[in-house]
Amino acid sequence: MTPQEGRRGRAARRPAMPWYPGRGHPTSEGPSSGLSPGETPEGSLVRPYTMTRGRVRPTGTGPRLDLITIVVTARERREHALEPECRAILDLCRRPISVAEISARLDIPLTVVRVLLGDLLADGDIRTRAAVPAARLPEKKVLQAVLDGIRRL
Amino acid sequence: MASADSDTRPGEPEAIPQAVKIIIAGGFGVGKTTMVASVSEITPLSTEEVMTEAGYGIDDTEGVEEKTTTTVALDFGRITVSPDVVLYLFGTPGQNRFWFMWDELAEGALGAVVLADTRRLETCFHAVDFFERRGVPFAVAVNRFEGATDYETEEVRKALDVAPEVPILLADARDRGSCRDVLVALVTHVIRGRSPALSG
Ligand SMILES: Nc1nc2c(ncn2[C@@H]2O[C@H](COP(=O)(O)OP(=O)(O)OP(=O)(O)O)[C@@H](O)[C@H]2O)c(=O)[nH]1
Ligand SMILES: [Mg+2]
Repeated sequence: MTPQEGRRGRAARRPAMPWYPGRGHPTSEGPSSGLSPGETPEGSLVRPYTMTRGRVRPTGTGPRLDLITIVVTARERREHALEPECRAILDLCRRPISVAEISARLDIPLTVVRVLLGDLLADGDIRTRAAVPAARLPEKKVLQAVLDGIRRL
Repeated sequence: MASADSDTRPGEPEAIPQAVKIIIAGGFGVGKTTMVASVSEITPLSTEEVMTEAGYGIDDTEGVEEKTTTTVALDFGRITVSPDVVLYLFGTPGQNRFWFMWDELAEGALGAVVLADTRRLETCFHAVDFFERRGVPFAVAVNRFEGATDYETEEVRKALDVAPEVPILLADARDRGSCRDVLVALVTHVIRGRSPALSG
């Protein structure tokens, strides 16, 4: 392959989007496809779904928890009824931190973190700030802050 | 800032920073993780998404789909650009079968860097196609690997057939300064594209 061969030339020989299933494709639905509450997937997934009592989607009508939604603990909970994972999340979120970072630092799959955060949010234990919605791009002053920050690297 | 109450007072909840993200994309082994590591203020983290892949037509009489669970790892790093704004950099999963994760990654992304390796330029075509289709602004960083013929950025532009305003830079993903230049070019491009409201 040399650059001379070009992208469009290759693309023309390909069927349209053979590689990109897009929205609605079964694999883009996450573990929810085919799993109903209470059902347990096999293997190493048992533990994560035990944490969420079989749920694979956050319950309630809270805001969407994107990869970069920022989470911060809203209040300390003294009760001991809290699941250890939830307690770990509340400890970690004393300083604002993204959903992806919570998942990585606690080594809990994203899907599971989202369910637990949904619970904590519903109980008023955390506050969140959503990422800029796809339809509404970041404000100019945010972009300028990003540019200035990168320049300082 | 119209409200007189916007100043933080004792007892008032602290403001939560705004997060934005940039995607680092490209073919397998092109230097995505290296680039994230070069600019991140934290050791790059990896988060896992578990999903079920459904197989069809395995046994129609059963009416049950075959399912296998797959784990996709996402690499990412962080740059705190100001007290109010945090930038996350996400590397795309290397394997083609995880293209569907790109949807979630692209959602609300400020822009993307497409890493290109001139020894196998075709591995970044899909990324270019994807961002063009999604309307995500991108810059192309031509990673120079040993043994690669040196191409001019304009040759790469021709081969990729991208618009003249798309920044194309020669880069080294291992070099922080080089990665900074790529990101500056990308964000400048994003801001420029924003100013005159483009129709369509
Ligand atoms: N010469 C040269 N080598 C590089 C450059 N960037 C990365 N490498 C090397 O290429 C190899 C692969 O880099 P990675 O950052 O792991 O690539 P990746 O795109 O994250 O790979 P996958 O996630 O597996 O798709 C490493 O050994 C890097 O040291 C570059 O700009 N120039
Ligand atoms: Mg990688």
